[in-house]
Amino acid sequence: MASDILQFILYCVLLTALAWPLGLYMASVFNGERTFLTPILAPVEGLFASACGVDGQKCDQHWTRYALSVLAFNAAGWLMLYAVLRLQGVLPWNPQGLPGLSPDLAFNTAVSFVTNTNWQAYGGETTMSYFSQMVGLTVQNFVSAATGIAVGAAVIRGFFGRETRGIGNFWIDLIRSVLYVLLPLSILFGLFLVWQGVPQNLTHYVDVTTLEGAKQTIAQGPAASQIAIKQLGTNGGGFFNANSAVPYENPTPLTNFVEMLAILLIPAAFPFMFGRMVKDMRQGIAIFAAMGILFLAALGLTYGSEIQGNPVYAEMPVDQTAGNMEGKEVRFGVGNSALWASATTAASNGSVNAMHDSFTPLGALAPMLQMQIGEVVFGGVGSGFYGMLLFVVLTVFIAGLMVGRTPEYLGKKIEAREVKLAVITFLVMPLGVLVFGAMAAVIPTALASVQDAGPHGLSEILYAYSSGTGNNGSAFAGFGANTPYHNTMIGIAMLLGRYVFIVPMLAIAGSLAAKKTVPASAGTFPTHSPLFVGLLVAVILIIGGLTFFPALALGPIAEHTAMLAGQTF
Amino acid sequence: MAKKVQDTALLDPAVMRPALLAALHKLDPRALVSNPVMFVTEVVAALTTLLFLRNLALGSGAAFLVAQIAAWLWFTVYFANFAEAMAEGRGKARADSLRSTQSETPAKKLASPDTRDVETVSSRSLRTGDIVLVEAGDIVPADGEAIDGVASVDESAITGESAPVIREAGGDRSSVTGGTRVVSDWLKVRVTAKPGESFLDRMIALVEGAKRQKTPNEIALNILLVGMTIIFLLVVVTLEPFVAYSGAFVPVAYLIALLVTLIPTTIGGLLSAIGVAGMDRLVKANVVAKSGRAVEAAGDVDTLLLDKTGTITFGARMADGFYPLPGVREPDLTEASLYASLSDETPEGRSVVELARKLLPRGVEQRASVKQAVAFSAQTRMSGVDLVDGTELRKGATDAVLAWCETGSSKTLTDIVERIAKSGGTPLLVARDRRPLGVIHLKDIVKPGIRERFAELRRMGVRTVMITGDNPLTAAAIAAEAGVDDFLAEATPENKLELIRKEQAEGKLVAMCGDGSNDAPALAQADVGVAMNTGTPAAKEAGNLIDLDSDPTKLIEIVMVGKQLLISRGSLTTFSIANDVAKYFAILPALFVTAYPGLGALNVMGLSSPGSAILSAVIFNALVIIALIPLALKGVKYTPASAAKLLRHNLLIYGLGGLVVPFIGIKAIDLVVSALALA
Repeated sequence: MASDILQFILYCVLLTALAWPLGLYMASVFNGERTFLTPILAPVEGLFASACGVDGQKCDQHWTRYALSVLAFNAAGWLMLYAVLRLQGVLPWNPQGLPGLSPDLAFNTAVSFVTNTNWQAYGGETTMSYFSQMVGLTVQNFVSAATGIAVGAAVIRGFFGRETRGIGNFWIDLIRSVLYVLLPLSILFGLFLVWQGVPQNLTHYVDVTTLEGAKQTIAQGPAASQIAIKQLGTNGGGFFNANSAVPYENPTPLTNFVEMLAILLIPAAFPFMFGRMVKDMRQGIAIFAAMGILFLAALGLTYGSEIQGNPVYAEMPVDQTAGNMEGKEVRFGVGNSALWASATTAASNGSVNAMHDSFTPLGALAPMLQMQIGEVVFGGVGSGFYGMLLFVVLTVFIAGLMVGRTPEYLGKKIEAREVKLAVITFLVMPLGVLVFGAMAAVIPTALASVQDAGPHGLSEILYAYSSGTGNNGSAFAGFGANTPYHNTMIGIAMLLGRYVFIVPMLAIAGSLAAKKTVPASAGTFPTHSPLFVGLLVAVILIIGGLTFFPALALGPIAEHTAMLAGQTF
Repeated sequence: MAKKVQDTALLDPAVMRPALLAALHKLDPRALVSNPVMFVTEVVAALTTLLFLRNLALGSGAAFLVAQIAAWLWFTVYFANFAEAMAEGRGKARADSLRSTQSETPAKKLASPDTRDVETVSSRSLRTGDIVLVEAGDIVPADGEAIDGVASVDESAITGESAPVIREAGGDRSSVTGGTRVVSDWLKVRVTAKPGESFLDRMIALVEGAKRQKTPNEIALNILLVGMTIIFLLVVVTLEPFVAYSGAFVPVAYLIALLVTLIPTTIGGLLSAIGVAGMDRLVKANVVAKSGRAVEAAGDVDTLLLDKTGTITFGARMADGFYPLPGVREPDLTEASLYASLSDETPEGRSVVELARKLLPRGVEQRASVKQAVAFSAQTRMSGVDLVDGTELRKGATDAVLAWCETGSSKTLTDIVERIAKSGGTPLLVARDRRPLGVIHLKDIVKPGIRERFAELRRMGVRTVMITGDNPLTAAAIAAEAGVDDFLAEATPENKLELIRKEQAEGKLVAMCGDGSNDAPALAQADVGVAMNTGTPAAKEAGNLIDLDSDPTKLIEIVMVGKQLLISRGSLTTFSIANDVAKYFAILPALFVTAYPGLGALNVMGLSSPGSAILSAVIFNALVIIALIPLALKGVKYTPASAAKLLRHNLLIYGLGGLVVPFIGIKAIDLVVSALALA
């Protein structure tokens, strides 16, 4: 236990130490300043920019144009991916001869990867050819992450723009996200994974006879490159079905630790990037602190619950001294599984190294809640940060009035238009989780997917729709998601969770960018104080979290109290 | 309205009784639809009533509990209506006393400005541009501008100030207000307001809340409340399938109770009362706002432009010291100054007498008697007296007095004069029998307490800029003494406007007050322009607030009222949202305990039964509105401080209080409910 705590501390320290400089670097990238990679990458960037028909610096887009560019680019990406998945059977690099996907699964998967969710209703090695993995999925792993980062950067520009019309250019932001941020980090990380033993090949699956004499097929493929971007880009879609629990994805304790860092690295860099871009680091640190507090709380709940184990098992001849080990890799144990689960649901990553389905009820509640509050605890690359800004806007609006001024954040007045847009966005999570979840809980076709009875079954439904709407992508294993009903509904949930955040957020950025910046004075609402951090956390928990309290009470909380009474589901 | 300091008691029965009735009328859904939170509450109250009737018909055992829930839901709506009706009622009481001055008056209409042929018509029939004659004893029939004549007018009906004021054609004192009375002489007035649009009408409309438009922050807050209502609707509506999935049953009345307690009924119920009460506070301060927007903007003001004269300093200059020339004893100069000023009735003259008397032994002036007073004139630029003993005393502008003495200036004299000018004062040379004796230092006296006021404003984050026609040297001296943050010297209407534009370009909100026609552009440009009621129609048209007392210091009060309005809204919103935590813990265990007995652990308050828990939460929800009505009407207490301090303070009270109070309140109500066996 002491070693777990030590590892958590080491993790937090290293994450902060890496995220800070990365944030500053990213600020330079998106401010268009010179960085150490500029000499190498500038020509490449120029090439792509002119291919996109973008001319140098004078290309600021109005928020509507920016949003249209995002939507058009993502729609095209979706169409391409859908085609690849449907036509998989006739496309190359398919040594196992895997057939094309069904329409609903292809729809769901294409939406999933374009929205940076990477919800997988399928098993990787039994469904996807190498072509689909590399040309289809990995491409989206990059560009969906880059879309998030670009929108994040554009939204930040809205907060420091001074009466400008534009909030940057999507194509340039997109190119820079890929070239300056995702590619260099992925190459470094991919090489590291190959060194640690993750396969990177295009060979046939290998048939082996195990020591016990059983026949086994071991899947192969270009895994390292996809795993690098899946973690860095908060994608999370596993190359193999068992995701990061399988040794080919996550072979050593070192890869486990570094992959966990990679999951939160870019999302955690965003507050620092924000601080630098708005020229007030304190603002970035305050947001980082709020995210950190929520993350530690979730980790504490999950770890505390897991390490205590399941009292029902304790009465059986099942050793619970190492905590609840059901559904966990013995290589990782409770500490690493709890930390991974917290990180992957804090960021909208969704890769897993343990089965969340087998967590203790409260151990699973924390990951679920992190998704339900809208993936704002670090969150997805870019998307987590603009989601958090939404809560900041709301907090400033509610509490800002209390100092006797029209609420303002960084000198920008928060008025009816911003509140209206924020409110629209706040409807997304309740809609996707509660309404879609409630439908799944009563429609017989949908109910058939639920494996377990009672509150645990409800948790499976809630988890699936929270994961989809929150664009996380991790799953409760018991839930049979690959049905036309859930493929369609979770697909819609993912679209809502992505674009009903992106478009209103860009609208807010555009509206703020056009506003005057009121200089700070003693009468200005302070948004960098510890008090504000506490307030922000409270608003997230009360407005974002309490909404789901009734549903969670019937799911994990009811399961927990039942477990204490000696009943499992 | 003559009783301007007198305020209606908070729960004046005269206001309360009609409000009780008005609250009933407001139950009309068509009226309530503008308040979505309360509208939803009313709809579910009606639904619960139907449920009760159904239960009654079916003979279901829960009918009594459902009836109680329904009753309390109706009370919730009624209490919210009552809060609004109280606020409006207080406004109406003020408006009624205003309206009594506005009864129909006969008007002497003139066919053209040049004639004196009078046609008597009703004041209601007057239109913009009509010309009326008002003579001593007449009531001014409408707002307008004097185009001919001079008269003294009793404006106490509007300002509460009993001393009559002078109104004359041309210049900055040409504006007259309907409802005021001409005391002496006559005026020809061109009507500038249509009937129903005069100041009084505006004031009445504002305080009655009839024409009250929602202010920008109120609109934004309303959107948030609607959004939260929708979210909680989703929460409650989806709860039914989740409960069904869990194999349990929850009575619809319980779900309704959960919905109503979660949606922000507290702030939703009090929001409009807060707005109306804010307007009322402003009117109480004798300020008419042309829109609610201006009041809100006042809370946001970053920069206050204040005229030096009358706001920062007393209008007149006052004697501050006597500086004798070489060979003259100081008491000698003081005595000469005293005599020279004996017949000078200007404030400056009186201040010289006052100061001299303080410095000299008693009974000095008995030694001389005045033969003839020499009045100040623009040509001589000096005044004084000739005494019976033949002594001639003069005081005045240095060069004028020197010319009278037929001497040139000396080095010492020039030094003294320059030193006084540099410190922001005015030197007056005193001479006896054509011999210069010394200099009186006249000084702008900064109002006592104003420095502290500015320090207070600075703590609130408001910058003060002094506007003065003085030269930069003088202005700097006074600015330093008064403690303003900045000053604009040698101000002209043009550079005043420029200053406002410059501040606004930096993103700041600017407030100023003014009265002259040449102030009109600046008043219009400023975000908050307070026109003095004594000002010209042009100035009054340009400003968005009008101070009936014509007191420039009022600007500071207006800022306070604006801030208090916003703070009241923010605090009650925070309180309302924080309340939800306790309500979840009261109602959820009650809902689910039959399905999952283990969830009884969430019943942290130890409420006696599910029925009692739900009823207690609903009752608390209704009573908290009643409990907060006084706060909504009076406004949250506001002591000027920095935003950080205010936030800490209000968050502690309304945030933390909002978390804790309902836990205690619901528990207490539960004890009563279970003791009375109501559920």
